[in-house]
Amino acid sequence: MRRYNNRLWVKGWIYGGNYGIERYLYTLHRISGLGLILYLLMHIYVTAARIYGAAAWEQTMAFLYGPAFKLGEYLLIAGAIFHAANGLWLIIIELGMCIGKPQRQEYPYVPSVKKQRPLMVALMLLAAVLIIVSGLDFFII
Amino acid sequence: MATFRIQRYNPEKDTRPYLQTYEVPVERGMSILDCLFYIKENLDATLSFRASCRMGICGSCAMYINGLPRLACETQVESLRTDTIEIRPLPNYEIIKDLVVDLSPLFDKHQKVKPWIISSDAVEVDRPTKEYSQSPAQLEGYLQFAYCLKCGICLAACPTVATDKEFLGPQALAQAFRYSSDNRDNGFKERISVVDTLHGLWRCHMAGACAEVCPKGVDPALAIQLMKRKAIFGHKEEQARLLEALLEATPIPGIPKAPEPTVKKK
Repeated sequence: MRRYNNRLWVKGWIYGGNYGIERYLYTLHRISGLGLILYLLMHIYVTAARIYGAAAWEQTMAFLYGPAFKLGEYLLIAGAIFHAANGLWLIIIELGMCIGKPQRQEYPYVPSVKKQRPLMVALMLLAAVLIIVSGLDFFII
Repeated sequence: MATFRIQRYNPEKDTRPYLQTYEVPVERGMSILDCLFYIKENLDATLSFRASCRMGICGSCAMYINGLPRLACETQVESLRTDTIEIRPLPNYEIIKDLVVDLSPLFDKHQKVKPWIISSDAVEVDRPTKEYSQSPAQLEGYLQFAYCLKCGICLAACPTVATDKEFLGPQALAQAFRYSSDNRDNGFKERISVVDTLHGLWRCHMAGACAEVCPKGVDPALAIQLMKRKAIFGHKEEQARLLEALLEATPIPGIPKAPEPTVKKK
């Protein structure tokens, strides 16, 4: 009998339903991680210009001073800050801290994801402050 | 009157699922499952869904209701606070017909983590001579996770399951922790070799969706993080003591003696 495969694939990362914010941090963590890897590859490619002599290096550097790259650089630092803050949160959670202990459940249930929420909010606020400060440093000061 | 938009799929006729609309006279106290039975009895007998106990014990009627996977029997129509209710089958499974999905990947993964007591004393497990001792505190260490219904809601909520077919999933990983943290069990090494793998524990990145939607408060996310902790820092195997049967214990003075057992020992 024919069956319909109902797997959500990448749509399940972006929108799976009315879940809490942590499920969207999961997606953002993956996207920012992929962005950082992409940056690393580009970085290696660009700095490799040095082996073709000083002139090639100067030319590449001049090319990189455009506004598009400045915005790209800001996105990189914002992505790195978020990835670091979320990574710190993941390390704390994965070591079993701040998520409560197993106990008898009575309705309405308070799951671990709600118990750790103050930690997540604190770390995300820290990330937001750092992203704003770096934005001021990049574009205004 | 509430409008129900229900996803239909008949494998013999349709190539893709589609939504069909029904109008149901909703009364206070009706659950989504009551409404589905109303549709099946009065409006459209071809609608297929799975249900059994209608009281949140069997875990058959899990479906995707207004943006969250939930048990139809435990979801009051009134609690949704809307007149338009959209019901789809659980995501991340294959649809057999309408709202019925194939849960066999869930059961296969559950079986992989050896969800039973593995004891170092196989003879004692097979032919028990005495009781195991387990304190209330030791019981609470795993009791929460023992309430799992195998309804499959957590796998429908998990974003990793959405893209990784091989991922063991919140249900199986939580059961690995449930049995490993039981003091009668000695199977941690066997289970960790199954869960501490490429598609095991470390594919969980605490999206927390499984914990949020679990209808029994099992909290698979908590169990997975605690299992990760055991994978990192190791696990202290403790063997539950075998207790003397109470009838053979010395009675405390002043407490009346238990009556003679009615079934004689062979």
